[in-house]
Amino acid sequence: MSLTEADVKRMAHLARIEIAQQEVASMLAQLSNIMGLVEQMQAVDTEGVAPMAHAQDLSLRLREDRVTETDQHEAFQAIAPEVEAGLYLVPKVIE
Amino acid sequence: MINDSLKQLSAALAAKKISSRELTQSFLDRIAQLNPTFNAFITVDAEKSLAQADAADRRIAQGTAGPLTGIPIAQKDIFCAKTWRTTCGSKMLANFIAPYDAQVIEHFNAAGAVNLGKTNMDEFAMGSSNETSFFGAVKNPWDARAVPGGSSGGSAAAVAARLCAAATGTDTGGSIRQPAALTGITGIKPTYGVVSRYGMIAFASSLDQGGPMAKSAEDCALLLNTMAGFDVRDSTSLDRPVEDYTRDLAQPLAGLKIGLPKEYFAAGLAPDVAQAVQAAIAEYQKLGAQTVEISLPNTQLSIPVYYVLAPAEASSNLSRYDGVRYGYRAPEYHDLSDMYKKTRAQGFGAEVKRRILIGTYVLSAGYYDAYYLKAQKLRRLIAQDFTAAFKQCDVIMGPTSPTTAFNLGEKSDDPVSMYLSDIYTIAVNLAGLPGMSIPVGFGANGRPVGLQIVGNYFAEAKMLNVAHQYQLATDWHARMPTLP
Repeated sequence: MSLTEADVKRMAHLARIEIAQQEVASMLAQLSNIMGLVEQMQAVDTEGVAPMAHAQDLSLRLREDRVTETDQHEAFQAIAPEVEAGLYLVPKVIE
Repeated sequence: MINDSLKQLSAALAAKKISSRELTQSFLDRIAQLNPTFNAFITVDAEKSLAQADAADRRIAQGTAGPLTGIPIAQKDIFCAKTWRTTCGSKMLANFIAPYDAQVIEHFNAAGAVNLGKTNMDEFAMGSSNETSFFGAVKNPWDARAVPGGSSGGSAAAVAARLCAAATGTDTGGSIRQPAALTGITGIKPTYGVVSRYGMIAFASSLDQGGPMAKSAEDCALLLNTMAGFDVRDSTSLDRPVEDYTRDLAQPLAGLKIGLPKEYFAAGLAPDVAQAVQAAIAEYQKLGAQTVEISLPNTQLSIPVYYVLAPAEASSNLSRYDGVRYGYRAPEYHDLSDMYKKTRAQGFGAEVKRRILIGTYVLSAGYYDAYYLKAQKLRRLIAQDFTAAFKQCDVIMGPTSPTTAFNLGEKSDDPVSMYLSDIYTIAVNLAGLPGMSIPVGFGANGRPVGLQIVGNYFAEAKMLNVAHQYQLATDWHARMPTLP
């Protein structure tokens, strides 16, 4: 399974990272090297092995259904790039 | 004083031989003098640190001080500290002022410790050399041509150069242990879930774990007493009884069974590192320990497995940096999608982008089973290797890193060769086990060598005991570099 320039562009789009045309070839070379390392996994038979997502077998804790958070929007929005009247501003998405 | 243990510093503070303000100021002076050379700190704020020192002095006067009250501790810049700039080594967060404290910071504040500043690190903790930081590389205090290791390279260099009494780090694939080894200090990554991840900026959530970095195992035990603890705000925090990690420090080591994984002493291990590690093991035999050869057959697979799982988790975690709620936003863009793409292209460095793209790929439609699921299955085999090994021994020992510190720039153009330098540390994170590194000598180039000690789940007190007894019998941990 080898990566192509089209794969690199598709991943960059999915990850929302702009990548200039002149960077694609070098990024492809680097990612191909890493995926080459990753390919070693395929040599091992893992038939019947249960996937391990976590170090500890935990189930998610539940909490009481009551309000615990206080309103901190001013503190949180003080560090936002662009805010107006308590709202985060982004470029217009609906005409 | 800069070489004093935390216990000695605490006694000096209690006896009013020195005030916390004087102690803090002396470290701040040392930082002002030496940080331009080593670049260990990203943010220093003397006013804030001294205000905490004054509060600690009042507490000491009132007789309500604890073991860390008034002690200046450097915090890795991955821990959010309210009103402090918290950058995670990235342009993306270069101006981020944390609106809340990480649980680790809350605990240090409650203990009356002084936040001495925020230490440099690889961007988003992704790196093994501290060269991926947006704020520039950190230099190794033992040799300024060498890297300090990473990602907690700033904390490691700060402790090694005695710019702080102790520091914190985080370890996702070796980021406490490898820099500790490369700078000749002691560091422990606890069992996954022992230290809260709340307010610790996420890289790979199923692997990330905070821990102390200090001059000795005894200091690490004291720090871990403050850092550990259940936290409802971290969904994987473990609700366990509070432990005193210093409780077993004085236990003799007679009868201790040390497992030596044959895979950790095979090809790829530098002869000078092997020699120092063997000498340390001989010292343990003198202290009454026995050794047994063990096997961790899936060691080689830990690197490919890690470079699927960690990037996959990172690609999800780092999707939050979108230029909307906090952090960097590109100055120019023509629509929302363009804003996201330019913000992330400009805000992230090369290594972070590589890992996000790899993570996106292994999680993408059609590849999930071949990569992500396969890696999760192999993760179980790697964890089972340790379960089997711990039937034969109490602790596992081996080198922390295959070589001593490499030179700045030596591996920065070759990500894969950088990744391979974490061969002995990564499996421990995949299994969720505790691991530590202690200094055991120097390599041919005069750079420090670290011994890795891996324990079973929740065996931190035992590992700290094992490390402390060695440090009572030897003085490698007390050596410090000759500084300008």
